Amino acid sequence: MNSVDFRTFGGRFGEFGGQYIAETLMPAVNDLAAAFREAWDDPSFHAEFDRYMRDYVGRPSALYQAEALTARLGGAQIYFKREDLNHTGAHKINNTIGQGLLAKRMGKGRIIAETGAGQHGVATATAAAIFKFECEIFMGEEDIRRQAENVKRMKLLGARVIPVTSGTGTLKDAMNEALRNWVATVDDTFYIIGSVAGPHPYPLMVREFQRVIGDETRAQFLERQGRLPDTVVACVGGGSNSIGIFAPFIDEPSVHLIGVEAAGSGLDTGKHAAAIGGGSVGVLHGSKTYIMQTDEGQVVNAHSISAGLDYPGIGPEHSHLFATERVEFVPIDDAEAVAAFLELTRVEGIVPALESSHAVAHVMKIAPELPADHAIIINLSGRGDKDIASVNEFMEASP
Amino acid sequence: MNRIDQLTGNGKKFFVAYYTAGFPTVAASGAILDTLVESGCDLIELGYPFSDPTADGPTIQASSQTALENGFTRAGYFQLLQEFRERHPDVPAVVFSYYNPIFHYGIDKFAEFAKTAGADGMLVVDLPHEEQADVRAVLDRQGLHLIQLVAPTTGQERTGKILKNASGFVYQISLRGVTGVRDTIAADAGENIARTRAVTGLPIALGFGVGTGEQARAVAAAADGVVVGSAIVTCIAENQPEPLPALRALVTELTAAVHG
Repeated sequence: MNSVDFRTFGGRFGEFGGQYIAETLMPAVNDLAAAFREAWDDPSFHAEFDRYMRDYVGRPSALYQAEALTARLGGAQIYFKREDLNHTGAHKINNTIGQGLLAKRMGKGRIIAETGAGQHGVATATAAAIFKFECEIFMGEEDIRRQAENVKRMKLLGARVIPVTSGTGTLKDAMNEALRNWVATVDDTFYIIGSVAGPHPYPLMVREFQRVIGDETRAQFLERQGRLPDTVVACVGGGSNSIGIFAPFIDEPSVHLIGVEAAGSGLDTGKHAAAIGGGSVGVLHGSKTYIMQTDEGQVVNAHSISAGLDYPGIGPEHSHLFATERVEFVPIDDAEAVAAFLELTRVEGIVPALESSHAVAHVMKIAPELPADHAIIINLSGRGDKDIASVNEFMEASP
Repeated sequence: MNRIDQLTGNGKKFFVAYYTAGFPTVAASGAILDTLVESGCDLIELGYPFSDPTADGPTIQASSQTALENGFTRAGYFQLLQEFRERHPDVPAVVFSYYNPIFHYGIDKFAEFAKTAGADGMLVVDLPHEEQADVRAVLDRQGLHLIQLVAPTTGQERTGKILKNASGFVYQISLRGVTGVRDTIAADAGENIARTRAVTGLPIALGFGVGTGEQARAVAAAADGVVVGSAIVTCIAENQPEPLPALRALVTELTAAVHG
């Protein structure tokens, strides 16, 4: 079996994971692991989390049978798990509510977060607003330019957005800066990591807060079809939406799980964000996992049209699921993702996030070859309003 | 005998200089190291530039980035260390690195190269006690010290665990934060040194935030050694293209303050 029990979990998924961080932070992550374990064993914590999920986030999110797209592709039945319909427009809010409640329980007054697309930043700023935290969001300069609307939303919500200029000014650099800030403020600050990355307990904790996606999907599909789906597909940057929907299916060998990585301009160009497809095992941001690096072990910059996938690493559990051949990882490039973005918008009237468009693009490739009784569920992890400018820019640059 | 043990065995206060190898270029690095030694440095921490130095402040971040942009390579690092060793056979040197370049190359090969080039120990910033087993086994075989870090957040019990099998010296981090010069030494630094001393007989060097002779003198009153990094790197950065006279002046002041 591949899944792990949070109560006995020691911080490693096979050979991956661990806690590769500065000594200054070790007591903090150990305290966090203990606090999470204690909270996650407390029915009152679950009751509060569930109440926020239902009444504030709007869960359960719909499982939508996409008849028009199914008819157009001709082949497998396609379903969407509609995380785009959540409050704040993406799956990220599940995790920030969870960690926000934990921060409150631990008595922290200030929260910090890194963000790429801005969805995690908005979701964190939202949690800060309702739980009354001081909030600072670290965001790369390039991403601030690409995601201007989300920057405005974070500011409206009361967060300070700190521009990060080191490196290429994207998600990796924002995470470096958030870690540096945390080292200096660790006594009163809770760091809300937005993905299943970072040192233990983050990969485990974020998975547990996101598994609500998969638990609902499984129950919804079972109720409707009386069986499990055949294939579940999700995009993978750090990998939180994918691990969330995969979690309850990992021990179901009949369910084919596919993680879609961002191939940027193409895997052979070196300008991509596919840590598994084009990387090797290394240590970054506290975890041993697949990363993109030079042959001397320097981490290289990722490239993707999708800011949320623009990260040179992947969560350690994904590395384990790859190494044990439980999850298939495939690449989708910028052009394919944009084509899927446009297609889904026209055919189903749903504007998907560019991140989620990568998953849609892969399904557009495989669905026509599959029989009509094959059911595919795509995690539609976020809405695409934030990406309209990027899509237009891409289309103008490559007519 | 390991040169670190020779140095600390004499019981005198020692001065540790951190310098980012290859900053601003590999060609300039040899003369900078010579200047550090000539100005009284007792031990060199030779920084291995890394793309994502999460424990470092802006000064050392920028120096690492410059070194990488100017063509720093692993081979260049070991050559620099080896040439340093040939010129300075008695000055202890510690390889100061993040873990990924070591892990990626292979712990065995990296440690062997370090030993052959003349290192006396290694300090791996993002390799806490819990993750050290593999590296420690290899360094023990090579006779290299794995230098342990203790932070202000490290409690008494954890400090004991970390230092149980430690060797060489202890690197006591003075403050909650990344590397970089501060106006004042953290108020609880002395208290933290005392807490560490209660669980180990090893010499304690205090670093992070120290940049002036006055600060170094104050630290040396409580610690056995004083580490300065960012002030040295800043001095080199601000005095291009001829940094050596200013560097000599700064480091002579710092070492004099420590040696008393």
